[in-house]
Amino acid sequence: MRFAILFLALASALSAAEPNLPRQVPPRCAARTNPMTGDSRAQRAGAKLYERECAACHGAGAGGIGKAPSLRQAGVSQAKPGALYWIVENGAIFHGMPSFAHLPEQERWQIVTFLQSLNTRQVPDQPPSVSLRRP
Amino acid sequence: MEEPGNLEFAAKSITGSPSGGNRFFAVADEFEYGVQAWWTTEVYLDGQATNKESAIFTGFRWENRFRVLPHEHWINPVLYFEFEDISGADKTLIEVVDHDAKSDLMVPNAEARQEKQREIEAKLILSSYFKGWTVAENFIGEKNVVHAPFEFGYAVGVSRPLALEARPERCNLCPENFQLGVEMYGGLGTHDAFGLHGTSHYIAPVIAWTLANGTMLTVSPGFGLSDASAGFLLRVGVSYEVAQIGRKARNLFRPGVNQ
Repeated sequence: MRFAILFLALASALSAAEPNLPRQVPPRCAARTNPMTGDSRAQRAGAKLYERECAACHGAGAGGIGKAPSLRQAGVSQAKPGALYWIVENGAIFHGMPSFAHLPEQERWQIVTFLQSLNTRQVPDQPPSVSLRRP
Repeated sequence: MEEPGNLEFAAKSITGSPSGGNRFFAVADEFEYGVQAWWTTEVYLDGQATNKESAIFTGFRWENRFRVLPHEHWINPVLYFEFEDISGADKTLIEVVDHDAKSDLMVPNAEARQEKQREIEAKLILSSYFKGWTVAENFIGEKNVVHAPFEFGYAVGVSRPLALEARPERCNLCPENFQLGVEMYGGLGTHDAFGLHGTSHYIAPVIAWTLANGTMLTVSPGFGLSDASAGFLLRVGVSYEVAQIGRKARNLFRPGVNQ
């Protein structure tokens, strides 16, 4: 019983705080450039992958749901593409975001291309009836 | 690892006709839930039907997988622990350990179901991703909680999608929706009789097809490589993942929320 309580306490502590992920990316990785920048086909493919892999947590319009942050914030739009790629690849395992390293490298760059487009492009947002989105 | 909050349903079937025995069809129904990004838990319900004998429920398995390292590396370890309470009539062959052999598949159900197998199993799962290839290696250790020695087994596999870039269109037949691979698995004896002698081994090509709605179909014909192996086994599986099932369930009871 004591082991179970200790395990649950450890699990919740590991998952509690959300880090500022782009700042934690190693500089060498953040310096990588996106080979698909400006590729509209990659952007649309990234939108499709986003819907499949990311929208359940971050919302169909990337506005964030619950603990999953909005991807339309300055921290994301101003992040280097290499930093976004690193986050998609590694996730934040102990803060709720899984790794997407199982996706091929090209698909991860397609997702990054879509994320980089979020600040300049109108994306259909979630249905207005969804009240879980962050203010 | 399952994504946190997601629940995947899967039915994994296997059929075979060991020489001298009756054809069988076994199914493991799997319920996999992502508790945390680093912790996945699963329950399996197993059953089988054997021609000219009977159809029976053979037990359950509860497994937990823990990701150890926070970041991606060349090799990424996952620790796996399982408790299984199944009968000797279980033919799902989720894994092969010890001296598991085709003769086990020929024991009549009425007799085999009398044998209780309450076992604890541990696996070290290693996976790597390189230029679209996924390489995975499992080392399996299993121990009956009451008796019997430690039993060992292995599984290795490699797979790759047909295309590494996604197409913009929503499609069922896009090449990136197909994965081809091959796996090899078998027993490694016990701690006092470790090795390949008298053990069964299989090699199995695998094809997986993910539909646009997320349903995944897998087909894997397996071929026995040793005298102790069954000659041919065919695995067919189907799985479907419900994203954020807890939130969806809560929203069912919240007025004005339809996600």
